Amino acid sequence: MYDLILFLIFLLLGYVFGQRAEKRHFRSIIEREKQLRDILVFSERRIPDAEQLDGSLVCGSVVISVDFFKRFVAGLRSLVGGRVSAYESLLERARREAILRMKEEARRGGAQSVWNTRLETASIYKGAQQSIGAVEVLAYGTAVKPR
Amino acid sequence: MIVTNIETVPGQTIVKHLGLVSGNTVRSKHAGRDLMAGLKNIFGGELTGYTELLTESREEAVQRMIDQARSVGANAIVNVRFSTSSVAAGAAELYAYGTAVVVE
Repeated sequence: MYDLILFLIFLLLGYVFGQRAEKRHFRSIIEREKQLRDILVFSERRIPDAEQLDGSLVCGSVVISVDFFKRFVAGLRSLVGGRVSAYESLLERARREAILRMKEEARRGGAQSVWNTRLETASIYKGAQQSIGAVEVLAYGTAVKPR
Repeated sequence: MIVTNIETVPGQTIVKHLGLVSGNTVRSKHAGRDLMAGLKNIFGGELTGYTELLTESREEAVQRMIDQARSVGANAIVNVRFSTSSVAAGAAELYAYGTAVVVE
């Protein structure tokens, strides 16, 4: 009985705080994406006119966890199969945040564009029942600035 | 030491290849961070402790790669790649590798 009550409390807490945290995070991502719009990011390997440029490696990484409610919903979803939108938004947030952090590092170095950007995703925290729990996303690339 | 993840160093030419260099590190977090991560598993959101831990470890891996490149006489590393793998619950391996070169 106590287990059930505890479970429902966790579910409610997860729902309330998780939704709030996600909305706040998306707002902050959109805001910072506007500020960093002038730094261009490419996945192209070859840099045109590379002779007048200086390059250096930049990275950005983030570890984000999904809340209890979403994990429960995703668990239910895995019974019937189909789109797990709870995890889709988690990974989208993580990728955009990682790219933003990489851009911030590029800006600190005075760079104007980032080339050969790679994204790497790793699940670092194995929670109960083989759930994803938390993901780490790393974005890295070569930032270039005029010499 | 110039580090890039493209095949060349912008504005310079590679005069000598010195082969693959790599650096790795395995880290695990302390119990306090683990407790906070447990709470965050209920509320959701960023696990700041883990982000810091992985950033530190990645810097360490890159530093080891640079040290190795320096010991073979390189002045740049090109084509750098990262990889992360979780070896056990709560411990992660960070690996960085690239090609050591001499540029002019």
